[in-house]
Amino acid sequence: MPEFLQFMFSGLTVGAIYALVAVGFTLIYSSSDVINFAQGEFVMIGGMVTYVLAAAGVSLPIAALLAIVVAVAVGLLLHRLAIEPARDASAVTLIIITIGASILLRGVAGVAFDKNFHSLPPFLGAEPWHVGGAAILPQSVIVLAGAGIIVLLLWLFMNRALYGKAMLATAANRVAARLVGIDTSRVVMLSFAVSAAIGAVGGILVTPIVLTSYDVGTLLALKGFAAAMLGGIGNPVGAIAGGLLVGLLEAFGAGYLSSSYKDAIAFLVILAVLFAMPQGLFGRNTIERV
Amino acid sequence: MRGTIARLARNRYAAFMAIAAAVLLLPLVAPSLFYLRIATLVFIFALAVLGLNLLMGFAGQVSLGHAGFFGIGAYAVAVGPAHLGVPAWAALPLGAALAGLLAFVVGRPILRLKGHYLAVATLGMGLLIGMVFTNEARWTGGPDGMPVARLVLLGWTARGTQTWYWISGATLALGALIAINLIDSPTGRAFRAIHDSEIAATVLGVDVARYKLIAFVLSAVYAAVAGAYLALFDGLVTPATAGFLRSIEFVAMAVMGGLGSILGSVVGAALLTVLPQLLTVFHDYEQIALGTIMIVFMIFLRAGIVPGLAALIERKPP
Repeated sequence: MPEFLQFMFSGLTVGAIYALVAVGFTLIYSSSDVINFAQGEFVMIGGMVTYVLAAAGVSLPIAALLAIVVAVAVGLLLHRLAIEPARDASAVTLIIITIGASILLRGVAGVAFDKNFHSLPPFLGAEPWHVGGAAILPQSVIVLAGAGIIVLLLWLFMNRALYGKAMLATAANRVAARLVGIDTSRVVMLSFAVSAAIGAVGGILVTPIVLTSYDVGTLLALKGFAAAMLGGIGNPVGAIAGGLLVGLLEAFGAGYLSSSYKDAIAFLVILAVLFAMPQGLFGRNTIERV
Repeated sequence: MRGTIARLARNRYAAFMAIAAAVLLLPLVAPSLFYLRIATLVFIFALAVLGLNLLMGFAGQVSLGHAGFFGIGAYAVAVGPAHLGVPAWAALPLGAALAGLLAFVVGRPILRLKGHYLAVATLGMGLLIGMVFTNEARWTGGPDGMPVARLVLLGWTARGTQTWYWISGATLALGALIAINLIDSPTGRAFRAIHDSEIAATVLGVDVARYKLIAFVLSAVYAAVAGAYLALFDGLVTPATAGFLRSIEFVAMAVMGGLGSILGSVVGAALLTVLPQLLTVFHDYEQIALGTIMIVFMIFLRAGIVPGLAALIERKPP
């Protein structure tokens, strides 16, 4: 039982980060049909900028805030300079553009910062708490709580704020949204900004546990993309469920079966789910017009 | 003159002739063996991208896992001679057959998925294959990889850059010829019908599942042969041969060169093989330059380099 709890805690912690990356994918995809493979770089920027500023003597909260600002600025630039000019290009062309952006951002981070692994001090101390015989790091609780708060804020924004409603409307039907006077290209811009902020917060929260470096983004984008597809792309609830599920599968797979094949277990389950439900867990059936 | 060029370009064997001419003429102008080595790498990658282009550009099905098939070909010529007593000349076709068989088995369920779901399923498949290479160290040498014995055929040993230049160049030309003939056959027309609309293709009586599977198996065989060549040329295989980044690289080559363009496959492979070599002069700024070039090319030539330039030339009045 303690073992089970232990695996669950670690699975949920990693899963929460995957979920945040997957939510970022989902937000951008819903408003623009773009699969943004540079999503993992936002997480990297959050962690790395916070570390660099904190190492330079800036207090942690301010460093974290500035890191989010930097990530949002990068997200907006990415949209303005790379996505917007190719707005009407095919999905696969846009994917190559975001992959190019991901390589570019990794390159910039490697030059602007360095190529070493870095960590941040845990926000609430490093002494683990004991729950039911399992140990949980306070930072893990912060990651989970942080992810929960982000999701709650996002839900409030989507359902209460005018801009959030515009995002929902754009996701539901872009032409109809434009017809009722929503500036959809602004909504896409906003979705890049929000996705970047969410990714950066995830990066800041998780860095005390898993370390960060200029090239952590690739793997996170991969897992986040898989999680978003597992949940059903375009569905934020699905993204969160998918992220947590991938994290849990990895942790239990590594714990009970084989640590060298932990990713295999996660992907085997994803394949099995997609064979049974080709639109993901929460995806809707789409109808093709001929 | 312009008319002649236009007529030549419209010939369906134009891409084949261009590739064959490039293979024949390059050694005359290449200043050193180093350039031939790069050209050999280009031909090998182009072969894999050509297969992927049949699947992505013509049948319209994305794959983010083709490095898995590439790796099967590469490890076949490594593991066969080292552990199973199968000589490389036999291990090569066996590896290609194995990749084809695997594509045939997993293709049916995977190819029911569409768009990004298909992308994530093929991504998972590629990762699973790569993990086997990394973890089954007894057979594959694990993360460090393993050496590959030279190809020996009837007492003649294939070694050296020049030998492999001609082998890979000839195979690429042959692969292009096969692809061109396939595209112009009923099978090729079925591919394109599926690309445009699966439902419309079904209504016209195209067995969509079957033709998707044919494209998938074919592309897997192309990738496996290319993988075997790379292993034999390099004399070494590592799990990176079959890594996720390699899969992404293949897709980027196919898209940047031009989906649905035979010549585009070669141009895309050449661009993304030669560029990193040129960009090493930038040292730390290499990735920045590569990322920027990818973005700029895709913004200005959305359909890919070859179709994009062709459209530009045609639009200009003669």
